[in-house]
Amino acid sequence: MELEHLKQKLVAAARANPPSDRVPYGFERRVMAHLTEASGTDGWLLWSRALWRAAIPCVLIVIFSGLWSAGNSKAETGDLSQQIENAVLSDLNHNLASVW
Amino acid sequence: MDQPDQEFIAAVLKGDAASFEPLITKYSPRVFATARRYARKESEIEDIVQEIWMKAFNKLASFRGDAPFEHWLMRLAVRTCYDFLRGHQRNRETTFTELSEPETDWLERFAADPVRAPDDEAAARQLIERLMAQLTPAARLVIQLLEIEEKSVKEIAALTGWSIPLVKVRAFRARAEMKKHLARLARDKYL
Repeated sequence: MELEHLKQKLVAAARANPPSDRVPYGFERRVMAHLTEASGTDGWLLWSRALWRAAIPCVLIVIFSGLWSAGNSKAETGDLSQQIENAVLSDLNHNLASVW
Repeated sequence: MDQPDQEFIAAVLKGDAASFEPLITKYSPRVFATARRYARKESEIEDIVQEIWMKAFNKLASFRGDAPFEHWLMRLAVRTCYDFLRGHQRNRETTFTELSEPETDWLERFAADPVRAPDDEAAARQLIERLMAQLTPAARLVIQLLEIEEKSVKEIAALTGWSIPLVKVRAFRARAEMKKHLARLARDKYL
């Protein structure tokens, strides 16, 4: 069988029978309904995207403020213990000084 | 660009979504004819066309208006159909073993007298559809555009977004692939 000839015949058959351009009834309205629906959900999509974008700086702020407060509390813990010690022992120190 | 198209597009871009409907009404026949070249089931065809219109609506701001809207839309349609083919390539038919009786008759008539075998018979159309369904997505798209729709390499490059050398390479491979399937069809039936 001549393959090139067969190919030409089949291609000619496809050219001679172009596909139908029939549009189903009410198709335009269906697409418009989908578009309206999609644009309705788009508002939510934009809102959720904005929230997700805001989440990253929020997490960073939480981490930085956490680190900062941890650092501060360490420093303050040292001072506080010193302060407590001073406060508790101040009277004793004063008494001892007066005894000696 | 047609003046009404331009007006409808401008209205849609200003936020009047209803102005998109006349464009759908005007160009849907052409879009349906394109989609029917790449899909068989009517439900799939409707899904493809709907996707094309959704993309057209969402990307309308990227339409510059220096070419007709129809050209822009057809590029979108061809690329969406190609995506569909790529997404469904696992469902490709792989054999010629289940040819219908009219298809077998047509092939036998062709084998007996290649010149007299009619081009316009339904059996020949079914055979080419079967053959196209076996090609890879890129090969099918190229054969459809180059051989059946008789478009130039430059036009195919514009429609698909491929470079001209890439279209040429894919056309070469597609013809070889088609020849391989035709050889298999001939071997399965006549050897």
